[in-house]
Amino acid sequence: MKKEWPLWEVFVRSKNGLEHRHFGSLHAADADMALENARDVYTRRKEGVSIWVVESKNITASNPKNNGELFEPAQDKVYRHPTFYVLPDEVKHM
Amino acid sequence: MKENLYNYILGIADNCLILGQRLGELCGHGPSLETDIGCTNIALDLLGQVRSYYQYAAQVEGAGKTEDDIAMLRPERGYFNTLLVEQPNTDFAYIMARQFLFDAYHYMFLQELKNSKDETLAAIANKSIKEVSYHLRFSTDWIIRLGDGTEESHERMQAAVNSLWTYTDELFHQTEADKVMISQGVGVETANLKEAYYGKVSEVLEKATLSVPESKYFQKGGKQGIHTEHMGYLLADMQYMQRAYPNMEW
Amino acid sequence: MSEAEIKNLEEAFEARIERDEKIEPKDWMPEKYRQTHIRQMSQHAHSEIIGMLPEGNWISRAPSLRRKVALLAKVQDEGGHGLYLYSATETLGITRDELFEQLHSGKAKYSSIFNYPTLTWADIGAIGWLVDGAAIINQVPLCNTSFGPYARAMVRVCKEESFHQRQGYEIMVKLAKGAPEQKEMAQDALNRWWWPSLMMLGPTDNQSVHTAQSMKWKLKRKTNDELRQQFIDQTVPQAELIGLKVPDENLKWNDAKKGYDFGDIDWDEFWQVVKGHGPCNKERMTARVSAWENGQWVRDAAMAHAEKQAASLQKEVS
Repeated sequence: MKKEWPLWEVFVRSKNGLEHRHFGSLHAADADMALENARDVYTRRKEGVSIWVVESKNITASNPKNNGELFEPAQDKVYRHPTFYVLPDEVKHM
Repeated sequence: MKENLYNYILGIADNCLILGQRLGELCGHGPSLETDIGCTNIALDLLGQVRSYYQYAAQVEGAGKTEDDIAMLRPERGYFNTLLVEQPNTDFAYIMARQFLFDAYHYMFLQELKNSKDETLAAIANKSIKEVSYHLRFSTDWIIRLGDGTEESHERMQAAVNSLWTYTDELFHQTEADKVMISQGVGVETANLKEAYYGKVSEVLEKATLSVPESKYFQKGGKQGIHTEHMGYLLADMQYMQRAYPNMEW
Repeated sequence: MSEAEIKNLEEAFEARIERDEKIEPKDWMPEKYRQTHIRQMSQHAHSEIIGMLPEGNWISRAPSLRRKVALLAKVQDEGGHGLYLYSATETLGITRDELFEQLHSGKAKYSSIFNYPTLTWADIGAIGWLVDGAAIINQVPLCNTSFGPYARAMVRVCKEESFHQRQGYEIMVKLAKGAPEQKEMAQDALNRWWWPSLMMLGPTDNQSVHTAQSMKWKLKRKTNDELRQQFIDQTVPQAELIGLKVPDENLKWNDAKKGYDFGDIDWDEFWQVVKGHGPCNKERMTARVSAWENGQWVRDAAMAHAEKQAASLQKEVS
């Protein structure tokens, strides 16, 4: 048969209140096994309180070739940032 | 009283030690990296439990022994583990069948040990039960995968279950020490677990499309220190350093 | 793509690395960059996996429960590190199965040091102290290497490795302060592992084929000889502290260079082991291949079961 176990991406919430972060990947035959493997591989040192796994092939990624059109237009939208707006010196925090 | 408690603790702990030792042999040789790492986690949990038990046993005995004296320096007759856990790593089906047949018992046993009148044992049980419930999930999943996988895996799994079945009844045997401890509310009345155990095991085997062995011929002896031929080699390995270099610290 | 276009891309690529930007798997990269990384990263992963064997050899015989759990955890970590590194390599468009195939067929290399036998308990100490010590010197700079997945894997590896060397040195300390047999065992292990550990840092700079390119891509930040000097300078005082003697008659502090001068390394031995004729090359490979082959039915079964489950789920939905 010789079919390789598919690849899964592992996301771990390292502490209550934090978001899940990408930790790495692993191989597993199914979702249950992927969760067990993720627990055994990526949380051996108390690194997590919650785990997500998703089969890698289900992730759609942007193409770096399109980085120009995707991300550069945001660069000149300085008015989206607070420092764009001038305040009187007397107002220390806003 | 003391001797009974001491022997009772050993009876529990030796199962963990010997199974941990067997799983340790697998490290680096598992069927996939992920599975290898998973099995080693189980070994580490079991050996961690062993240390708590032996440290307590040493204290109960009060003869100034260390956990390692207890772990490494008894003669074969002084180990009270069941025959099941000393069976060799014949193949991954045997490894998982042995694990599952033990985990299902271990889980039910610790559930009850949590209520022991002995506070230390209750505390160890409370901590261990979380580990063991993961072991049981892990081995159950593998029984199902291998039972209901390919034709070859089904055959191997069935062969392993058939072969190890003969060691299951012993899990419920009671030594003299067991009986005394049960009567004092310290030990677990294992007779009450037997039906639930075979119920749980049968349920999983059926889910795995495996047949539940009908054989009623069971082996026993481990709890009295009479082991299978495999045990001597396991101990020779495990005790090697302590025997070859006595009275040293490592 | 025309040659000129490729040349432009290459220049832009090298400039990114120059600026310390990370390269990510989907970014354009020169084919040579991809191949070099597959080679080096998988070699690194293979070393972790093969490295489990000599140390695993002593799990069942560890002299105390404390040592047994520490060693088990360490060998398991190595499996984990292999896994992180294989995963990082897979982002370059090669599967783990293909990488294993390269290892098992002998096409891929792994660190030669693991072809030496572990004969006594002290060897476990020596490996942690010397081999992990040398590995850390090699690995820490890789946390800043140019390929993102490799750098991130290495951050995790280095964080976890920090206990490994201590674990080994602690074993040696205990032996060196113990009974005469124990001290002798420790000295014997140092005698056998010292020179292979020096070789582990790679051929001398004038013999090393990859150094210049690797430096540019930040696969290397220091040359083999610099790393070796660093290793010797940090290790010799550690040996002296516990009363062990480094087995090199020519070892001498050189005040002018603020480092040790040391004797000649037997490079013939190094190349013999690299070429597959070390004391345990065959044993290591046999152990790996049989674990893989014996596991085939298990992996197949898990996959078959998963497919059955998926199919029955499909049926329920439709």
